[in-house]
Amino acid sequence: MIQPSSAPAPTPGIPELPIPPARRRMLRTEKRGLVIAAGSSIVVLGILSAVALLSPGSSEVKEAFFSAHHLKGAAFGTAKTASVIAAFFSVTVRMFLLAEVLVLALALFLAVVRSLPGPVFFPFRVLAIVYIDFFRGIPLLLLMFIVGFGLPGMQLGTLSRQSQFVYGVIALTLVYSAYVAEVYRAGIESIHESQTAAARALGLSRWKALRYVVLPQAIRRVVPPLLNDFIGLQKDTALVAAIGLVEVVRTAQAYGTTFFNFAGFTVAAGLFIVITIPLARVTDWLIAREQRKTRAAAGFR
Amino acid sequence: MLPSGSNGSHNAQALRLEDVSKSFGDLEVLRAINLEVADHEVICLIGASGSGKSTLLKCINLLEPVDKGRIFVEGEEITAEGVNVNRIRRHIGIVFQAFNLFPHMTVLRNITLAPMKVLNLSRKQAETEAADLLQRFGLLDKKDEYPDRLSGGQQQRAAIVRALAMNPDIMLLDEITSALDPELVAEVLNVIRGLAEIGMTMVIATHEMGFAKDIANRVCFLDAGVILEEGAPEQIFSEPQNARTRGFLQRIIEAGRL
Repeated sequence: MIQPSSAPAPTPGIPELPIPPARRRMLRTEKRGLVIAAGSSIVVLGILSAVALLSPGSSEVKEAFFSAHHLKGAAFGTAKTASVIAAFFSVTVRMFLLAEVLVLALALFLAVVRSLPGPVFFPFRVLAIVYIDFFRGIPLLLLMFIVGFGLPGMQLGTLSRQSQFVYGVIALTLVYSAYVAEVYRAGIESIHESQTAAARALGLSRWKALRYVVLPQAIRRVVPPLLNDFIGLQKDTALVAAIGLVEVVRTAQAYGTTFFNFAGFTVAAGLFIVITIPLARVTDWLIAREQRKTRAAAGFR
Repeated sequence: MLPSGSNGSHNAQALRLEDVSKSFGDLEVLRAINLEVADHEVICLIGASGSGKSTLLKCINLLEPVDKGRIFVEGEEITAEGVNVNRIRRHIGIVFQAFNLFPHMTVLRNITLAPMKVLNLSRKQAETEAADLLQRFGLLDKKDEYPDRLSGGQQQRAAIVRALAMNPDIMLLDEITSALDPELVAEVLNVIRGLAEIGMTMVIATHEMGFAKDIANRVCFLDAGVILEEGAPEQIFSEPQNARTRGFLQRIIEAGRL
């Protein structure tokens, strides 16, 4: 690269530098960082594997949770037991997809009701708050029992004749819609009131200002925390095992009691992890994008 | 674009304020304001920050409820009980200091939202009218951009177009150049000059004294919620009667803003 004339002319005796010293220092630092990271990783992993392999009972753990034969049997099913993978997709995944859709809709409704201004809506606001406080306060496992065993026993017609699958979805939806409603509400309140003022000044009604101006911005802003709650929801789907629905956990347990081996749990755990990791990365990516945007909007380009 | 019932005369009354008062808690922001604005008239409100200029504009389009007094727009009392505020606001455009464009919508969507959702125009009709306005204000090539991709001056012009798209009878401008970099002020003020030329009735709160001097039919000096002095710009700026007006203008001149 040709330096502009402001660069000092090469002085005899001083060797010319192809790379400016500052840049060279930076490269050296970068390289040193890589070497240190690699070295430290090797040492830490080495110690961890040594501890895992040398600790008492490590071969028993290996056999109980990680035997290739049992992993395969649990994952794909045997003559005596069902496939954990099949149970995961046919029951658990179906369940949380359904619950997520219901949660999104119900929570949005609750958040909107809670944000309605004016004295007319006072009782509705109170009802929404009571609902949110109530269902946020009940442990999900307890609610599973209340819904899964309570509703069938009460002889309420159709409501009492549903499958465990439906009761599971109801319990998940009740609890998570209370959480997610608060996420939505935080989003709604984060939109500056000048946006509403601008919309109202154009003649839009309160409702239309909310619908077209506030909610679209609020929802965009809360997508990362929403996804985070969905990771929680996906995992909590496993709690329906408690009301007797044969899903992924129960199937894994059945494998364990049949063959005295825990590989089924390993497979089930792996499935949950595999399905939440992409969601976690998407969440990270969305947060990073939102931060970039906010910074750009604030003028730090 | 011309206000309804325009006949070129200054007789018809666009706006009248009678004894309008407004307090925030103990703070009296407006104290018995009386003001009449004729059709096609341009009024500039000047005065220090906190003198009540912005609050006055917000009261006129009912963004702030008045405590006392009455406001009439085109002869109709808008402060009366049971008036549909959404209907009133259609006739009064307001542009804010901070633009307040909707960041999640393109410039075109910003402009067509209210015509479509309030006036129930078809999308096609709203877009045709918006495109005409954007063309006139030199923003047509920005119609598909999001607001954060525009300069401050372009954003403020888009906000003006958004208000104009509702065909308002009166435009209220609330210090619309105060948030702009100095080199962007002129392009926005030129748009307002253009509006004055076609006879738009406007009430303008501004710190741009030079602009007020040459655009206003009448200048009102606000001080502590009272219109202390009003008159033709030549009179207010050359021979202000009130000592406070003189003091205010003196400070403006010292700051090099006049």
